[in-house]
Amino acid sequence: MNTSETPSTSSRSQRSTVLWPAFAMTVWFVVVTGLVFPLAVYGIAQVAFPRQANGSFVHGPSGQIVGSVLIGQNFTKTEYFHPRPSAAGSGYDAANSGGTNLAPTSDKLINGLPDDPKTRNVDESFAGVKQLAVAFRNENGLSSSTILPTDAVTRSASGLDPHISVANAMLQSGRVARARGMSRDEVLQLVRDCTDPPFLGVFGDPAVNVLKLNLALDQTKKP
Amino acid sequence: MTLSAVLQVLIFFGLVLLVTKPIGVFMAKVFEGESTFLHPALGWLERSTLRWLRVRSDDDQPWHRYALSLLGFSAVSMAVSYAILRLQGWLPLNPQHMGTAQMPAHLAFNTSASFTTNTNWQSYSPELTLSYLSNMVALAIHNWASAAAGIAVAIALVRGFARHSAKGIGSFWVDVVRATVYVLLPISFLGALVLVWQGVPQNFLPYQTVTTLEGAKQTFAMGPVASQEVIKMLGTNGGGFFNANSSHPFENPNNGVNLLQIVMIFAIPAGLTYTFGKMVGNVRQGWAVFAAMSVLFLAGALICVSQEQTGNPLFTRLGVQAGNMEGKEVRFGIPASALFATVTTDASCGAVNSMHDSFTPLGGLVPLFNIETGEVIFGGVGAGLYGMLMFAIIAVFIGGLMVGRTPEYLGKKIQKYEVQMAMLAILVLAASILLFTALAANADFAKSGAGAAMNTWPGSAYGGADNAYGATTGNLNNAGAHGFSEILYAYSSGTGNNGSAFAGITANTPFYNLTIGLAMLVGRFLMILPLLAIAGNLARKKQVPATAGTFPTDGGTFVVLLVGTVILVGALTFLPALALGPVVEHFQMTGLQTK
Repeated sequence: MNTSETPSTSSRSQRSTVLWPAFAMTVWFVVVTGLVFPLAVYGIAQVAFPRQANGSFVHGPSGQIVGSVLIGQNFTKTEYFHPRPSAAGSGYDAANSGGTNLAPTSDKLINGLPDDPKTRNVDESFAGVKQLAVAFRNENGLSSSTILPTDAVTRSASGLDPHISVANAMLQSGRVARARGMSRDEVLQLVRDCTDPPFLGVFGDPAVNVLKLNLALDQTKKP
Repeated sequence: MTLSAVLQVLIFFGLVLLVTKPIGVFMAKVFEGESTFLHPALGWLERSTLRWLRVRSDDDQPWHRYALSLLGFSAVSMAVSYAILRLQGWLPLNPQHMGTAQMPAHLAFNTSASFTTNTNWQSYSPELTLSYLSNMVALAIHNWASAAAGIAVAIALVRGFARHSAKGIGSFWVDVVRATVYVLLPISFLGALVLVWQGVPQNFLPYQTVTTLEGAKQTFAMGPVASQEVIKMLGTNGGGFFNANSSHPFENPNNGVNLLQIVMIFAIPAGLTYTFGKMVGNVRQGWAVFAAMSVLFLAGALICVSQEQTGNPLFTRLGVQAGNMEGKEVRFGIPASALFATVTTDASCGAVNSMHDSFTPLGGLVPLFNIETGEVIFGGVGAGLYGMLMFAIIAVFIGGLMVGRTPEYLGKKIQKYEVQMAMLAILVLAASILLFTALAANADFAKSGAGAAMNTWPGSAYGGADNAYGATTGNLNNAGAHGFSEILYAYSSGTGNNGSAFAGITANTPFYNLTIGLAMLVGRFLMILPLLAIAGNLARKKQVPATAGTFPTDGGTFVVLLVGTVILVGALTFLPALALGPVVEHFQMTGLQTK
């Protein structure tokens, strides 16, 4: 390095303290933070944590991959616990995440939208909290006076929420037990086994992993 | 508000308090060129980088050259990002074949401006739009560079106070290199590994399709998520690898990671308050700034959490619990979601683990107002400290007016020039937010002519909108007061360089991409330039010794004055707009009206 040249006295070197470094710094960030850093993390991750690094996929009873333990998937059959409604694509589309972004005062959110008969190719219908609450009660044989947990009738932020609340699982457990010919206690035991506790007992809410729970049900007793 | 909610806020705050001093001491050493425990391991990288830049480690720039370096670097790196985004179809690491169809010129401009300015506003859906290389190189490099540049500007301003009778305020290049090598790289490296361990993917696989337990097909977006996620939080950038951002289980799989993410948002901004105190020779000055930030943070967090827990009376009427879970994840629950929303908008992060658009009106007002205070509540890395020091200058000026003597701050006389520059920065930000909002609330593009000519892009196929013409309010997801809030939030977020959104607004149109893109550039650079001018002017001044008449700026009175100034400036500027949006909507909700 040339120590005799002081940047503040030479106009030529003053210019070079902006132009060349601006280019060189950009190249440096591209190489070091844009390529070397992610590739280094990739290399270590693939060796140390290959399962997590590749999507935390889980296997079903016959050994095939049935989904990711981190990502919710749709269930509609009576013998399975059902996830929350989803706004990701046409529902639990893990390549198109997102929420409804509807306001708390949105008429669409609360009262839903019917399909417009004029546009036959497009389905504008949208189930609002009102319709979702009716459907949840009917599905699970609940009276209209049963107060529903909010997560059962609202859509998550990601549309891929893998969890339901414990209260939601409790309300579904009767239906699942009947469909499988299991006792409600057996089902509730599995619900407890598949509940992720809050971090350090404080952070977050207890949450029931729906895919884990349904896999556990299938392992215990086929319907 | 539940006990668990209060505990989550307080324990989180305790953790931030715990890391403030160690990180602050460390950064003070790094930026004063002293040796730290990391220098034996990483010194070679700093030295070789400076050699590559042809910059001497004792380089010292006057403020205008410092500013020119920042602008030059931002311009060059923004151009590179723009080019990579437009050319992504011809570049490698693109298993999903994303091309220019997904990335038209107006979106590429908006996106490269967004990441260069540390905003990370995303008017597109990443998993439908970007190749892995675009994520890593076009976008993530700015997560590092803009964070390092923010720290550099903050340090330069602190030097303005700390030095006297000096020409220079340090070297932009040396500061950026040191911030990246010693602060961002080591923490990010460890953080990324923790994230992968906890379930955040890091791969280059094409999107994976599996057959679910019920026999349906489910396709999973993949990618090098962890390496981008970590700097997204630590650099208070906030740009998600996926559309759902930190609510996506692949970005934020559990509550341990969630806590780590919000601590990372505040870690460097909180540490910088200590660095500031240390560099001006009185750590109590740093703690005073920290205290003012803490008051504002705690107030916002408690309001937001309690509003979301109180929830929506429209739900109760249908026999559903009131607590607002629309747009929130079960694993986080309401308190951790509302806390995240407060933290991410106190700082200029903008990552979200819940959808702010679906918050209750007053719960959603907290993030909106946080952004409109200029994000000085810990704030962005660097941006928070220089923003708060700008308010400190206004505060001592107001204090000086009240007692009728020339105000001083940290031994420097605060005179006309400093106050003018600080007011210029504040007014530019307010004008950008309010004027752009007014424009977007009223604009209407004819279906023929220029508006129609711009409408050549089938955006709906990629999560955007087709309607470049028509009223710009046609792009809103919600009607009435909340629709107005969506526009106000968009330009507040853009100008404040936050990047979070009331995301129902479909901003992926030529009009919104261009105007929000401009708002982001204005918000970043027209705030930094006056502050660097202040730094240069202060550095030249002589130190005046404190006398009995000097207003002490390291005590409780100053903290109250500073908090009051932040709230007063924010409230006076934005209250009318906020009244039209969230406040009106609050009364609609409590009156059980829907729109």
